[in-house]
Amino acid sequence: MTFIWAFIIAGLFCVVAQIIIDNTKLTPGHITSLFTVLGAILAFFGLYDKLIKLAGGGASTIISNFGYLLYKGAYEGYLEQGVLGLFTGLFTYGGAAVVGAVVFAGLVALIFKPKD
Amino acid sequence: MNKDEYQKLVKKHEPREDKLHNTIYAFLIGGTVGFIVEGIIVLLMNIYNINRVTASTWTCLIVIFVSSLFTALGFFDNWMTKAKAGLLLPTTGFAHSVSSSALDYKKEGLITGLGANFFKLAGSVILYGILSAFILAIVKVIISG
Repeated sequence: MTFIWAFIIAGLFCVVAQIIIDNTKLTPGHITSLFTVLGAILAFFGLYDKLIKLAGGGASTIISNFGYLLYKGAYEGYLEQGVLGLFTGLFTYGGAAVVGAVVFAGLVALIFKPKD
Repeated sequence: MNKDEYQKLVKKHEPREDKLHNTIYAFLIGGTVGFIVEGIIVLLMNIYNINRVTASTWTCLIVIFVSSLFTALGFFDNWMTKAKAGLLLPTTGFAHSVSSSALDYKKEGLITGLGANFFKLAGSVILYGILSAFILAIVKVIISG
């Protein structure tokens, strides 16, 4: 069942993004930023947890998941360490994506020649 | 031909993207990515006996690696254009934006080119992600006391 929801939820997120792109002047850069913030907002209301429980990988592959992970890390960091935890905890979960992107994109950029 | 007529003519010949077609494309491709990602997560959970959070993080890294590699090999740009939002919104879009700007600016030098423009496209995601998460976490702290 999770597989079906994974398809539907991931698909619906993309549909909303596509409709915004087609009907406004917003660029893909706007869209990804917007959905990241949306993820943090959904996490704030406790909705993203439910979405992941429902759709698994369908929810965790969307860029909004990044906002959710940052929020989750920051809040749990506060619970453990107080105000400093807001700073140190923020990347607890979301850091992997940033480090992964830097490492892999950095390596392929150094190794491969850009195409014309 | 006066200005109005000219404008009409321009509008008539403007390439018009089929919005319905785009939306269906975005749904099917985005859904497929979600489906595949869920498949990898379940596979990793079963093979390595790890929990869902760990498996999701590994899967995220795998997706980033594959997208970066595909971008470097040159055919992912084409996929991105065809898939519309279907590949933009998943992690594939984030990885593609980093690796494509890294590759594009490499010719301008490793520091002033690659280094300075590395987060050119993904930077806004990171900036606004951190800002919103940080502020919302503080609000949550204040609300819950």
